[in-house]
Amino acid sequence: MSAILETVGVNKTFGAVTAARDINVSVAKHEIVGIIGANGAGKTTFVNMVTGWLPPSTGRIRFDGRDITGLAPRKITRLGICRSFQVAQVFMTATVFDNLMIALGIADAHGLGVLLPLRVRAREERADAILRRYQMQDYRDQPASTLPQGIRKLLDIAMAMVAQPKVLLLDEPTSGISVEEKFPLMDIVMGALKEEGVTVLFVEHDMEIVSRYVSRVLAFYQGEIICDAPPAEALADPKVKEFVIGDDLHNQTLLQAGALQDGAQEVSDARG
Amino acid sequence: MALTSDRTTLGLTVGFVAVALLGVFVLPDWLLNQILVAFSRALAVVGLLVLWRTGLVSFGHALYFGLGAYTVALLGRNYGIGEVLVTLPAATLASALVGFLLGFIVRRYREIFFAMLNLAFSMVLFGILVKTEALGSTDGFNVEQPTLLGIGTDDAAVKLTALFLGVCAIGWLTAVLVHRYLGSILGSLTTAVRDNEIRVEYLGYSAAEAIHGKYVMSAALTGLGGGFMAISLGQVDPESMVNWTVSGELVFVTILSGPGSVAAPFIGSLIFELLRTYAFELVPYAWQLIVGGTLLLIIFFLPGGVWSVLSRLAGRRGVEP
Repeated sequence: MSAILETVGVNKTFGAVTAARDINVSVAKHEIVGIIGANGAGKTTFVNMVTGWLPPSTGRIRFDGRDITGLAPRKITRLGICRSFQVAQVFMTATVFDNLMIALGIADAHGLGVLLPLRVRAREERADAILRRYQMQDYRDQPASTLPQGIRKLLDIAMAMVAQPKVLLLDEPTSGISVEEKFPLMDIVMGALKEEGVTVLFVEHDMEIVSRYVSRVLAFYQGEIICDAPPAEALADPKVKEFVIGDDLHNQTLLQAGALQDGAQEVSDARG
Repeated sequence: MALTSDRTTLGLTVGFVAVALLGVFVLPDWLLNQILVAFSRALAVVGLLVLWRTGLVSFGHALYFGLGAYTVALLGRNYGIGEVLVTLPAATLASALVGFLLGFIVRRYREIFFAMLNLAFSMVLFGILVKTEALGSTDGFNVEQPTLLGIGTDDAAVKLTALFLGVCAIGWLTAVLVHRYLGSILGSLTTAVRDNEIRVEYLGYSAAEAIHGKYVMSAALTGLGGGFMAISLGQVDPESMVNWTVSGELVFVTILSGPGSVAAPFIGSLIFELLRTYAFELVPYAWQLIVGGTLLLIIFFLPGGVWSVLSRLAGRRGVEP
């Protein structure tokens, strides 16, 4: 399968600190890739470089055959790479519906089209359809500032998906969300993303989530990729166990109970 | 954040027509004069309202107010042009052009730095005007008699009525166009930029460019207001057109009005004009005490400005500042 996203020899340094070292990744269309690693391992730096927030110090990033290294976030977004954030980035004083309307308006606008009215029936219907897809109808007219954390995260992801990107990067979609909310939220998100046929890369600390939803794992440690393999293989990798899972008590417990391998095996079996 | 309602255009039309009819048939000349000055300033305040909704306050928009005023005055003095169909568009364009150029600098700053950078630019213009004899120095100079399609008048009452109707017409047109703008996709990026620039960028639009566009718009409207003020007063000078106190007045009226509607600046500006006049009558040497006290009351008790009171009375929710 052809690569939709590719990084070649990407490095990022902040003074004496190396946040990313020789990152070579190739992601095929429709792949769902989990990015794991301890805090400070370089996961978010990788996401920030791919989405244009940080330019790499050296190396190239290609998207759909085109060099996007160093392009501004808005240009990369327009090309078809969107993202959500660890801390949901939404318009706090706007309602959920208005957040989606603004996102749809920007996605639709080209040239002088930005001067056309925001509120048109067709766009409102699309906003309502998105609300249904992400199961946020009950929060439609609620300001984003008053939303529960999980719903705000959903809104952040829904807004990122409005432009119908080819690649979506999710930065810790379940962080700050209660254990009970995690899986229902991820089921909604992954269900919607599957419908859209989008390629997904998501940063995640929770290996239960990773083992359930991804087809491939990139494990980061000190700015380097120490493992690039299917989840069952990656989670059994001694380096991953030592440097990634070993740091997290929750994941360690799951690992000892065999839950991660079971989950990963289920996914692997389901995919044949 | 309530997005604008379509009833606003109808309300603006009814409101401005009512004021115009009252002005022509009922109101005394002194009040017409007050409305003329108030609405001239309100044109500038509409520009500041757009910036405020974007989360930006400028302490230096007297720069554009003065540019508009001096453009009108200089066209008259140097070229004998008093035609308002030339002078007012020229005032608007001159301010928009300077706003466009300075916009490349100011769009990189936020909060107090944005406010003070604008103040610094306005002080530079003030200094230039004060020191330049050819521009009238501190005394300023008179504005050419205004004409419309070549027709002018020496009759003070007729001139006042014509200018009053002119400011009502331009005020209505400005308010309707800005209202339409705020209801557009680009207009929705005012509060969106204020709320979250990062998300705007990651939706595919440049927050800096959005701010730049709104800054140019505010400069153009402030220039138009300054141009109309110059015609209304018949004279320009640095103290009354470019000084930092003029910027302060514009911010004062913006806060007094509230960001809830494009109609608010016209109401707020008239209240300010009447307040200042009566305060001056009451305590000629301490009128600022009353004006300042009013601003304190507005900040403490009406952070949404007078518009929030009107919308509350009408049972509608105003837009948050």
